[in-house]
Amino acid sequence: MRSRSARKQFNPLVYILLAPTAIFVAVFTVWPVLLSLYQSFFLQRMNIVRFREPTFIGLGNYITLFTDQYFLQVIKNTFSYIIGTVPISILLGFLFALLVNRKLRGIGLFRLAFFHPMVLPMVSAATIWLFFFTPDYGLFNTALGFLGYSGSENWTGNPNLALLSVIIVAIWKNSGYYMIFYLAGIQNLPSDVYEAAALDGANGWQVLWRITFPLLRRTTVFITTIAFIDAFRTVDHIFVLTGGGPSRSSTVLLFELWQQRFEYQNIGISAAITVIFVIILLAFTITNFIVSERKEG
Amino acid sequence: MNAKNHNSTRFLKKLGSGVITFITAGMALFWSIPIVWALIASFRPANDAINRGDVWFSSSLSVENYIRAWSLAPFGQYYINTVIIVLMILAVQLVTIVLAGFVFANYKFFGKRWLFFFILLQMMIPTSALLAPNFATIRWLGIFDTRLAIAIPYFGSAFGTFLMRQAFLEVPRDLVDAGIMDGCTWWQLILNVYLPPSVPALVAFGLSSATWHWNEFLWPLIITNSDKSRPLTAGLVRFTQLGEIGAQWALLSAATLMVIAPLFIMFLIFQKRFIQSFLHSGLK
Repeated sequence: MRSRSARKQFNPLVYILLAPTAIFVAVFTVWPVLLSLYQSFFLQRMNIVRFREPTFIGLGNYITLFTDQYFLQVIKNTFSYIIGTVPISILLGFLFALLVNRKLRGIGLFRLAFFHPMVLPMVSAATIWLFFFTPDYGLFNTALGFLGYSGSENWTGNPNLALLSVIIVAIWKNSGYYMIFYLAGIQNLPSDVYEAAALDGANGWQVLWRITFPLLRRTTVFITTIAFIDAFRTVDHIFVLTGGGPSRSSTVLLFELWQQRFEYQNIGISAAITVIFVIILLAFTITNFIVSERKEG
Repeated sequence: MNAKNHNSTRFLKKLGSGVITFITAGMALFWSIPIVWALIASFRPANDAINRGDVWFSSSLSVENYIRAWSLAPFGQYYINTVIIVLMILAVQLVTIVLAGFVFANYKFFGKRWLFFFILLQMMIPTSALLAPNFATIRWLGIFDTRLAIAIPYFGSAFGTFLMRQAFLEVPRDLVDAGIMDGCTWWQLILNVYLPPSVPALVAFGLSSATWHWNEFLWPLIITNSDKSRPLTAGLVRFTQLGEIGAQWALLSAATLMVIAPLFIMFLIFQKRFIQSFLHSGLK
């Protein structure tokens, strides 16, 4: 780490000035991880009198979770949600960036159309979409009707479609956010490469896939990281649209964590889920860090 | 021959550009449908229910949905709560991140690397993953169901610290040395040397922090239990679940837009600044 003053001596001021930040991180990031790790080895359920006091059960909570068909379904839902949202919103973000990267009267309005959802609270976005998904007269069914689809589906109430409707809202909300990173990336690309490509007679598609997209690799890695973490930590729309149902078909990891802790009052299980959650996030961040460090050389 | 060829390429280019504009406009329109629909629906008279007939337009306009929504739930209180929470977080963060960023940019000291890594842990583990144990901490602190409880986990910001450190490292070293020669104390160094050129970074952080916390839902949901501390987002979800609301979409749209409005209008006015700040702040 580069440093300003060469003096490396004991200076209490330094620690005093760092204390506020360090203490808040310790209390609200590090301590909760340790507490969850500890609690995950105990059976403790606040809504059942004889289980109120914690009892040590070793890896019991983890075994319960990983042998529970229902929890495995939640893991599967979480992966479906990530696969359903991350690649599509990134691709749409890239497409939007290409479309609006032009000098044109009114292009600002087009850009606004694509990125305005990102400043809306997720719960507001979901409330609006709730109407779109309504059976019979909801706009989504009407639109599908125009495309020749006959059934008027109850999107949020159908176990096969509930997760999909949650995914659709997330894509609508996030694509514009990823667009601004691609747009900034595209505008920073060196123009001489394009001039060379034009001289070589490369066509539009070749330029796009052989030059633009590879040059934006770093942007793509960055966007993938934030998209992945966002997919894990945003469940607000699930509260509004489906409540995790029907029959838990749209429950993902964080929603399950909330439900175990605050609906079922199960401290031990929710602590174990927290630990699993943290391990997934850390594994992802660290892998990502190693990969990007190695490739940058 | 050559000129003719040139002309036809130009024509094709123009045609292509027109087609792309058309596609862009179509997609932009498609993407804006939800917000446009909500805006139109919110002005629909209550006696013209949406499920009967045209979901888009009604015969007349009316603001009664806004008035009814306002009277059905304490949105005024929700506004006050959200504004106080956002400002409280911002005020404390600006102090903590400037101090921490200054230390990491200006000093060499024992344990620097480790402390930096320790603080960066907050960027790797999003607070939303830790809501169960943090709930326990809030109970233990005895501040459950207060605005302070919503704000306090965000008082220290690893991301902000990182951002300020980067901004402060850009300040030319000569300037800092000159300040030291002039006998600046550490806080004079911050105020007179480091901060002035770093204001854009501070604004970028502030905007994205305010947006984030204005929109946050899950943590406020679990940590509040009454209208005296509940912010807009949690209030809106509660509102949608009120028994008498049912499928009154016009009313719901009005409530939704009330929640969105202040931040969204700010965003429309200061679009460029917001975009810049989002670009700065991929990770919170």
